[in-house]
Amino acid sequence: MIITGLLLLQAEKDFPDWGDTSSPANSYRLSQHYITQTLHETTVPNMVTAVLADYRGYDTMFETVVIFTAGIAIIGILSVIGTGGNREQFEPKLSEKKPDLIIDTTCRLIIPIIQVFALYVVAHGHHSPGGGFQGGVIFGASFILLALARNLQTAQAWVPENRILNLAGIGIFIYAGFGVAALFLGGNFLDYGVLTKILPGGVEDARSHSMLGVEIGVAFTVTAIMFSIYSSLASNGTMKEGI
Amino acid sequence: MWIFDLIILVFVVITAFISLQVKDLLSAAMIFGVYSFLMCLLWSGMGAVDVAFTEAAVGAGVSAVFLISTIFRTSRRSSD
Repeated sequence: MIITGLLLLQAEKDFPDWGDTSSPANSYRLSQHYITQTLHETTVPNMVTAVLADYRGYDTMFETVVIFTAGIAIIGILSVIGTGGNREQFEPKLSEKKPDLIIDTTCRLIIPIIQVFALYVVAHGHHSPGGGFQGGVIFGASFILLALARNLQTAQAWVPENRILNLAGIGIFIYAGFGVAALFLGGNFLDYGVLTKILPGGVEDARSHSMLGVEIGVAFTVTAIMFSIYSSLASNGTMKEGI
Repeated sequence: MWIFDLIILVFVVITAFISLQVKDLLSAAMIFGVYSFLMCLLWSGMGAVDVAFTEAAVGAGVSAVFLISTIFRTSRRSSD
């Protein structure tokens, strides 16, 4: 461990300083282009989201697919090997859990606020920090909070376990749909500029709106996968009775 | 400003070391959440607000819940 740490510290000497304007990453014309031209080309003030969802949209699409695959893998592994073990030990005491007044009232108050904030993060992701990943995680966390405060069935009344993977698939479908729509309208895959033919506004507005669209797709997938990972972890893979 | 960064960085190293060394897995999960939150402070100090936001939501929030729910279903003591 110490040797690895020393090696990493040696390698760190070669890194450019933080905020060094003459470092290779900053002096290359591509990042100059992102910094100076993003607002003109896409009308999106947050250039992080613009790079993430527009210039490198292909990367982000498969990032979403990676999250989807990870969720499927966790659900698949736990549903095969997770059902044995010390399951009986937990189940009797779980069913007699009563809703606590303080926890229940707090959750009633705070879950709508969390969800509205998550929607704000998704919808405002191209103007302020945020986006589909963060908003999706926060939205999924609100369902996890509901499942922790009451029980898993209460949360699954809102997000049924058999539909949750459909929801995750819809997210990727929305994202890829924007790409395929661009393909049909004569551009490249995920080239949002040509979507100006079907979206209101000019080319720049079409890119901004498409970024919002793909962020919503990412948020769908991340919300569904976060909640399904939690519910399969908390229920030993059965998704029936949680903590 | 760099003193503030240095203090956080020292705490990051301490929490990283403790979360690897501690035998009680629940404590390790909680300290890992603290580590994520300190990393979030470092990111936001460097101006990378998007990364800090993700670290706060995913690292300090959801992954701590995942780890704790897994510990609840398995064993709380580390064997190594």
